[in-house]
Amino acid sequence: MDAIVLQILNGLDKGSAYALIALGLTLIFGTLGVVNFAHGALFMIGAFCAVTFSRILTWSHTVIDETKKDFLGNPLKVEVPHIYDLFGQATGDAIIDWAVPLSILFSIPVMLFVGYAMERGLIKHFYKRPHADQILVTFGLAIVLQEIIKYYYGANPIPTPAPAVFAGSFDFGALLGFDPNTIIYPYWRLVYFAFAALIIGAVFAFLQFTTFGMVVRAGMADRETVGLLGINIDKRFTIMFGIAAAVAGLAGVMYAPINSPNYHMGMDFLVLSFVVVVVGGMGSLPGAVLAGFLLGILESFASMAIVLDTLPGLNQIIIYLVAIIILLTRPRGLMGRKGVMED
Amino acid sequence: MLGLDKKDYTLLLIVAGLTMLAPFILNPFPEGSGLAQFNAGYPDLMQRFVIFGIFAIGFNILFGLTGYLSFGHAAFLGVGSYAAIWMMKLLTTNVIPAMVMAVIIAGLFALIVGYVSLRRSGIYFSILTLAFAQMSFAMAYSVLTPLTGGETGLQLKIADARILDGALEAGEQARANLFGLNMSSSYEMSVGSWLFTFNTGYYIAALVMLASFYLAIRIFRSPFGLMLRAVKSNQNRLNYTGLNPRPYTLAAFVISGMYAGLAGGLMVAMDTQVGPERMFWTASGEVVLMTILGGAGTLIGPVLGAGLIKYMENILSKINKDILHQWFAFLPDGLEDFIITLVYPFIGKGWHLTLGIIFMMVVIFLPGGLVEGGQRIAKLFKGKDADEDGAQTKPAE
Repeated sequence: MDAIVLQILNGLDKGSAYALIALGLTLIFGTLGVVNFAHGALFMIGAFCAVTFSRILTWSHTVIDETKKDFLGNPLKVEVPHIYDLFGQATGDAIIDWAVPLSILFSIPVMLFVGYAMERGLIKHFYKRPHADQILVTFGLAIVLQEIIKYYYGANPIPTPAPAVFAGSFDFGALLGFDPNTIIYPYWRLVYFAFAALIIGAVFAFLQFTTFGMVVRAGMADRETVGLLGINIDKRFTIMFGIAAAVAGLAGVMYAPINSPNYHMGMDFLVLSFVVVVVGGMGSLPGAVLAGFLLGILESFASMAIVLDTLPGLNQIIIYLVAIIILLTRPRGLMGRKGVMED
Repeated sequence: MLGLDKKDYTLLLIVAGLTMLAPFILNPFPEGSGLAQFNAGYPDLMQRFVIFGIFAIGFNILFGLTGYLSFGHAAFLGVGSYAAIWMMKLLTTNVIPAMVMAVIIAGLFALIVGYVSLRRSGIYFSILTLAFAQMSFAMAYSVLTPLTGGETGLQLKIADARILDGALEAGEQARANLFGLNMSSSYEMSVGSWLFTFNTGYYIAALVMLASFYLAIRIFRSPFGLMLRAVKSNQNRLNYTGLNPRPYTLAAFVISGMYAGLAGGLMVAMDTQVGPERMFWTASGEVVLMTILGGAGTLIGPVLGAGLIKYMENILSKINKDILHQWFAFLPDGLEDFIITLVYPFIGKGWHLTLGIIFMMVVIFLPGGLVEGGQRIAKLFKGKDADEDGAQTKPAE
């Protein structure tokens, strides 16, 4: 029993990342009808927003400390972050410690802008072209974005720690009445799951309860009619692209402490996220979220020792296997609608 | 001639001439000169040109003719490689059985994958093939280790069975050969300060490539090829005329898988080793890049694309900052540094960036790839009445 709970928990954080990326992909696909292969790159850029922001915070200048001596007997040179001068040392340290959560604020405008620029600069010209062309050009864009990041940040993963408060693990076992230390779960993964749930909830609420969201939903159902009603639907769809980019970026920011950002993390997630979208059903937002969590949890169940003893290597292929079965038995995916992306 | 019309025959002859004379053509700069690093006429790279050429020609039969975008073609390359190396380990180091086996096994694998994947089209097809390829990669990496050697892959070993060859003498190494002709043997010809290398492996690979190219022309021009184009331009119409497109697409898929297997077998014949990374999805992405860059649906395009990408990978990536400084040494210092900072991100380790940008430009402005670019330039010179090249296919939507 405790093993099952543990695996469900383990699946949640990966599932959250899949769900967030798949949600963004589906938003773009549902609104603009574009298959965006560069979405993984947006996730990666988000993670590097966290890196950049913590670098900005620790940006320092050198001060000569006369009271201390280095080993040669000269006055010691101390690196002092600029943020100390602004807020004093204690507050400055706290801010640096909280760099990752704070970079959410930094990454939202950045990602909105990146998304907006991408849509206006490139994707806009591909609405009328076949899906294969959209896949190819965004695939090329993904290569370019990831190489730019690699040029500036290097090829090695950059550790980006979570705030010290979240460094430990939470003992779920004690809470649920099992033996202590049987189910322990890092705090930050808990935070990640809560954050993902919040974002997903916010996106759904935005689409469901605001006028803007209503117009966007109407546009997803019938773009032409909405246009005929005198609404500039293109502009709203561009904004939705920005929002989708921001969702992917936020998923990346918060994922940075779990998996040190490197330039190819986006591609690694992209392939799986596409599988998630297809399993959930092209164009279905609840489907994307459901499939994200489902596949994340399935993956972690497949990596249990008991399962691996009977079916070795299952954890490596389970997602693809499920995708193949679903695609062949339920061609529209779990929750796909009729008429979306049917050939 | 050879069942080809005049235009195709000329094209085949040109390609044959270019591949046979490649050691000269790719080595235009004398040894030791500053430009010698642009020489591509060394065996390893030339072999890669033709092998990836075969891979791309095969991919083009599927994507260029039927429009089905497979994102998992590297799986067939990998399967072919594994089949070939097992033939070499168990039977003989002669490359012929290895290549035959590679083609057969890859074809069978493609039959299974294609039978399942071709039930869907569009993006679903791409995802299905991608899923199959990733599964093969993951399994070759982990579960199938006894068969694939896992992460380290497989090499020829002294202890291999080699039923036909018999045991090796002490100190002797197992080498891929063609009836005793060693694949890695080369004849070097020195003319003045030029050095030309004629490598056995390259010429065998080049002959195989010419044969596959000829076969591809025949497929393009056959009624079967026309059916495949019909699938691309309008599958519904095909259905309404009472034809089932599935057997045609499946046949194209299997043929293209066999081409990939052949390329994989040839790779093993050249370097006698194989690892699972050959099946990773980036390898599948690479062949997509090659085909699009050269021109999907054209005959010569994929070969050009494969050549260009492999050339960039090997030559552009070798240029470093010192070489740049040498080139721009004639400029005033400040300007020199400025230009080098501008150019540096695009060369050396950053060659992928250049590749990505070129690829995007091609998709955006030249959907027909380099071949279309060439045609446009040719048209400028010839004037408007010049008719279009026979290799060009226009999608009829």
